[in-house]
Amino acid sequence: MNSLNTYLIISAFLFSIGLVGVLQRRNLIGMLISVELMLNGASLNFMAFNRFLAPEPVVGQVIALAIMGLAAAETAIGLSIILALYRKMHSINIEQAQRLKG
Amino acid sequence: MDTSSSLTALAQAAFWITIGFTMTGACIAVFARNILYNVLGLALALTGVAGVYLFLGSLFIALMQLLIYVGAICIAIVFAIMLSRPLHLETPPRAMPKVVMAVAASAVFFVGLAGVALKTNWVPAIERSTDFSVVTIGHMFLTRYELVFEVISLVLLVAIIGAIITAGFSRRLSS
Repeated sequence: MNSLNTYLIISAFLFSIGLVGVLQRRNLIGMLISVELMLNGASLNFMAFNRFLAPEPVVGQVIALAIMGLAAAETAIGLSIILALYRKMHSINIEQAQRLKG
Repeated sequence: MDTSSSLTALAQAAFWITIGFTMTGACIAVFARNILYNVLGLALALTGVAGVYLFLGSLFIALMQLLIYVGAICIAIVFAIMLSRPLHLETPPRAMPKVVMAVAASAVFFVGLAGVALKTNWVPAIERSTDFSVVTIGHMFLTRYELVFEVISLVLLVAIIGAIITAGFSRRLSS
């Protein structure tokens, strides 16, 4: 009912605010939350094009489901890395994770 | 004023309220200092996005969004916060120039993206079917897009095993 541009602007806003979070946060969990926001912006973009332009409405929904599965996998791996890192250095501030710096 | 126009106005109001929830949740998720508020803002934003999917005509994807994102991912993040106790570790506030630079870079990105979206003349496909049913999605997932289905299953399996090994081995090494 609304135009395609409305949805595109909304998804661009979600992606940009996620980008702010990734660039600005130092807490690893905060960065993970921002990445989830960026993935949601991309998924919303696919669904908007699917609703307004695509010849078959199935394709965008398949891609959105694939993005959800990948986001779940990414969260599981990220959280386990965060737990391992917290056990090693008792902090999840990424500026302290510099052991490879030498 | 007849019934259909008032219904349309009501739907418009509901749409913008959903958008407002999404934007508010996204801002809380990024700019709040407390990490627990970030997760709650993320849940609010994801619920708003599920509402937007509803407006885009796909009930199935909206339900999946609620189930996977709000139900699984947010709870997993809360679980990790409880295990890693970052609530007690006060982080110093970020230096102001870095925040300004991050916001400026993202604003440039947003302006570019919005400019492309507004300038382009989007042309819909000539023949468009309007079949949003779950049955069609199921058929497509098991016929034409079977590879996507299998790859997602494989990735999830590898991620589960990898998460167990990463979190479990580090405990064995450090204790």
